[in-house]
Amino acid sequence: MTRPHSIPARAGVGLKPQHYEAILAERPDLGWLEAHAENYMGAGGPPHRYLTAIRQDYPISLHGVGLSIGSEDGLDADHLHRLKALVDRYEPGLFSEHLAWSSHGGTYYNDLLPLPYSEATLARVCQHIDQVQSLLGRQMLLENPSTYVSFWVSTMEEIDFLKEVVSRSGCGLLLDVNNVLVSAVNHGFDAAGYIDAFPIEAVGEIHLAGHAETWDGEAEDCGARVLIDAHDRQVDDLVWTLYARALSRSGPLPSLIEWDNDLPDWPTLFAEAQRAEGVLSGGRLQAAVEPARSAAHG
Amino acid sequence: MVKLQDSFAAALLEPEAPLPPAVSRGGSPAVQRRFDIYRNNVTSSLIEALKASFPIVCRLVGDDFFKAAATLYIRQEPPRSPLLFRYGGSFADFLESFPPAGSVPYLSDVARLEWAWLQAYHAEDQASLPLQSLADVPQESLPEVRFALHPSLSLLRSRWPVVSLWAAVRDQKDNPGIDMTQGEEAAVLRPGNDVSVQLLPPGGHDFLSALADGRSLAEAAALGSQATSDFDLAHHLQGLFTLGTVVAIIAPDQG
Amino acid sequence: MSVKSLAFGSAFIAGAVATALIGAQTTPAAAAAKEKCYGISLAGQNDCAAGPGTTCAGSSTVNYQGNAWTLVPAGDCAKYGVDTADAKYKLPDGRKGSLEPLKRDLPST
Repeated sequence: MTRPHSIPARAGVGLKPQHYEAILAERPDLGWLEAHAENYMGAGGPPHRYLTAIRQDYPISLHGVGLSIGSEDGLDADHLHRLKALVDRYEPGLFSEHLAWSSHGGTYYNDLLPLPYSEATLARVCQHIDQVQSLLGRQMLLENPSTYVSFWVSTMEEIDFLKEVVSRSGCGLLLDVNNVLVSAVNHGFDAAGYIDAFPIEAVGEIHLAGHAETWDGEAEDCGARVLIDAHDRQVDDLVWTLYARALSRSGPLPSLIEWDNDLPDWPTLFAEAQRAEGVLSGGRLQAAVEPARSAAHG
Repeated sequence: MVKLQDSFAAALLEPEAPLPPAVSRGGSPAVQRRFDIYRNNVTSSLIEALKASFPIVCRLVGDDFFKAAATLYIRQEPPRSPLLFRYGGSFADFLESFPPAGSVPYLSDVARLEWAWLQAYHAEDQASLPLQSLADVPQESLPEVRFALHPSLSLLRSRWPVVSLWAAVRDQKDNPGIDMTQGEEAAVLRPGNDVSVQLLPPGGHDFLSALADGRSLAEAAALGSQATSDFDLAHHLQGLFTLGTVVAIIAPDQG
Repeated sequence: MSVKSLAFGSAFIAGAVATALIGAQTTPAAAAAKEKCYGISLAGQNDCAAGPGTTCAGSSTVNYQGNAWTLVPAGDCAKYGVDTADAKYKLPDGRKGSLEPLKRDLPST
């Protein structure tokens, strides 16, 4: 296996089996690719063959979707060991998971379920992150969630919760800009304000995705607008704007296009990555100009 | 400590269950609809997972029927693991005892074939031995020799033409001309990169099952010849190795 | 009658192995014919059926809400009809099939 490649501050895309052949045939000029860890936890077969081949040419990050970091049960020991084996095998540049839970009482619900933000959940999430980071021997990134309900039992804001997780566990953050917009619309907060308040120095990766739109009411077009984090279309214009806003605070960061449902052909997906690449280049210029400006005004 | 996730999880697969108290203060219809998004995500995504694992079953019964059957199955037997390719091992049994599927009695065997295919796809990679490896076994040891078979191998026996049905639906044949009275036996394995589904000749299933159970070559040959009067051992040995079924030859003293 | 007592002798097995080995050394064309002869291969098409993949996406597709018990299979099975006498189903553990309609999941948003 090749040595671990760190993930460059460029655009990447989520790796899907439908695009394996196109990527290997065309070798597109792409910064990196992200694989969902659980899809490569089988013993063998084509998934490993393709990931191994792609890993030769591109830096790979691993993104877990089933660890259930926020679970009230302990973390699944079998799953942790599978994850450890996978990280050892592919030496990903980054490993990330979600601030969510997906398993409970031995059942796996296959969705990223929300957590209330309180001292109790904070302690549990930090303990689970410690467990993961000790086992993997590396830092992980934790992703801000998209949510549809909030909990009256919450005692903290999401951003304060994330800041506290970072300071207690030493993990980094994955800023999912689409999740910010989805949650902002669903809970009526200001997405730009959230981006501005986000602990940007802890961010190691950005996610961009498309969302679906529905309504709270009985019939279509009635009641409040609700966004669904569907990853089934192009990135929304508002998300691009929020992305540029985040980059203006952070400078260039590894940025991923996530497209999981209603998959497009490879050229369409690659075009989305190129659009992100374009914003990143703008961000690079911005970042170069910024220090000079501060110096001038400082 | 009262577990919040107990009530949240309990309500996910039960449309009539009360909302978890931690989200339901006020109990407004809007909160109900928001919680339903999670219910929908869970069930819809698991239906999609089953559809990806059982595409031919879905084509056989149609989308609406498949979704309805899958929804019931998901409530009865939700996944136990975050590895979705391991979800659905009992779907064939569920379909077999699902009355509305009674008019498609071969449906569960098609599901078993698709499950075998999926397991082979993700199974451990192992190199198969060529037939020539048998030349190295001393002649007197041959009857007692045993074979380690490929980890991806599944054997199926159906009273229906399950392989022909599966292939015809997969290839969307208009007029497949399948004899519905003819049962079929099959081996499913992935000796290299591609999953292979092989219709077995008479005696092949008994022969291979005996070997898979760890019986000796002589015992397996005997069981094969019980199944069919013209069991040709040489032919079956060639088939066994040509399919890439054998990964190790276990000499009698290694038994 | 035990399996053991049915087992073939050393000479028979060795003969079959020898025949198999000789067959394998014949021309490639003959070998290919032999291979076809053993089983009909229905390999391939891995790409269109790789099984389910995990995603971190929600679903914008509203879950099916219909009544499974009144549905009739309506896909390709129409091409593969069987004698209704064969079309029996059984329920495990003597369980009786419920014919009550499913409760609806969701409001029609």
